[in-house]
Amino acid sequence: MGAGHGHHLHFHGHSPVHHLPAHLKLLALVGFVLTVVLTPRTAFAAYAVYLLLVLVAQRASRVPFGYFAKRMVVEVPFVLFALLMPFVATGPRVDVGPLRLSEHGLVGGFALLAKGTLGVMASLVLATTTEPRHVVAGLERLRLPGQLVQIMGFMVRYLEVVTGELSRMKVARESRGFRATSVRAWPVLATTAGALFIRSYERGERVHLAMLSRGYTGSLPVTHPATATPAQWRVAGMLPAAALATLLVVVTR
Amino acid sequence: MTTPVLEVRGLAYAYPDGHQALFGVNLHVHQGERVALLGPNGAGKTTLVLHLNGILTAGAGSVSVSGLPVTEPNLMEVRRRVGVVFQDPDDQLFMPSVRADVEFGPANLGLRGAALEARVVAALDQVGMLDFIDRPPHHLSFGQRRRVAVATVLAMEPEILVLDEPSSNLDPASRRELADIIRSLDVTVLMVTHDLPYAYELCPRSVVLSDGVVVADGTTREVLTDDALMSAHRLELPFGFDPRTIPTP
Repeated sequence: MGAGHGHHLHFHGHSPVHHLPAHLKLLALVGFVLTVVLTPRTAFAAYAVYLLLVLVAQRASRVPFGYFAKRMVVEVPFVLFALLMPFVATGPRVDVGPLRLSEHGLVGGFALLAKGTLGVMASLVLATTTEPRHVVAGLERLRLPGQLVQIMGFMVRYLEVVTGELSRMKVARESRGFRATSVRAWPVLATTAGALFIRSYERGERVHLAMLSRGYTGSLPVTHPATATPAQWRVAGMLPAAALATLLVVVTR
Repeated sequence: MTTPVLEVRGLAYAYPDGHQALFGVNLHVHQGERVALLGPNGAGKTTLVLHLNGILTAGAGSVSVSGLPVTEPNLMEVRRRVGVVFQDPDDQLFMPSVRADVEFGPANLGLRGAALEARVVAALDQVGMLDFIDRPPHHLSFGQRRRVAVATVLAMEPEILVLDEPSSNLDPASRRELADIIRSLDVTVLMVTHDLPYAYELCPRSVVLSDGVVVADGTTREVLTDDALMSAHRLELPFGFDPRTIPTP
């Protein structure tokens, strides 16, 4: 059974953002997010600039904004929590229309919403422009321990194989009249999870044999060390540098 | 006679749980031969294959590859010389791109740079998959993945290619394309298969393994037309296929 093109995040393209080496994009992301997190909660102007910056990066990636926006749904639970904060937090109250809201809650909710949204947007700029395997290679380039990189690499490679197996098991279950409608279905679902675990474990053993057969001795060979030109460093550095400059202006004013 | 590429002498093996799979297997494969290894399910074919590159260690008897005994100190060289292509390409292709996967074997042998690139390109070219070099394996069709799996092993420039059920799950066109590729390779082949017409088409010689011993070793035509042998070892020709009516390929 041939697997489909199951990218859920990556959007194929040839923009300058797509062409940056993954390890630079990872560094830029971490730099940007750290700057955002360090920004005082009431520095509203700084957050506006950050939003502008991340939107510029998003447009530079030439990923359609609708595609990008749909993937921000992941943030919804945080948004709900942020919206609740003004109602549940204690301290002095202010009148906002018909509501009496907590001042601390309003500021806290805003900060959570702003930092969360900016973090999600920046991460999505990375995720929509970088294939998962390149992210893994970038982490390897950044000297993440080899074992962790291997585990992530295998996860990326086998995610579709395992989900494919799971969906075939689901089809096979339903073909025999099974419908998960009540608690009584749970034992069946638990058995499915168990069977999937055993199958994946056995596949792991077979993969390991296949690796040994080709001379695997415990570490993956590094064949193409990623390189970056000074120009690429400058491009990747623009986002975190502009954010950091904004932060400095705000805190020193 | 020259040193055989593969020499198995009195090989016996029991799994740790006590189940004995091989009871003294003798097998010689000489350079340039294409040999089919036939036998019913549970005959010990896979167990035998896992001995050829030292994944399993012989309980008794010996295996040697071009004169080099399969023992712990020789494992790396043995695994270079014996290229095993496993049945499920998803087991074999574990790297995130076709290129990285084909590089894996030769890179483990210490190749880098232009020499590595040349190996990868040559191996993918041999199986007609060079255009897919930068694709992730899970975006390929099953037949394409099987061909890339063959390339991952060819890149190590093995002396003998061991194929486990090469035609399983392939559609007829992919099955034929793979046959063309196998025929075009200048390498010794040992092919484990239940696909008897495929064995007849590709392998002049066949060996039958049953209950852990070699029970027949001859031309594929002789083996497939020996009705008593075939029925004694649960081998059956598919409906409509009669090697007697087909000229020797």
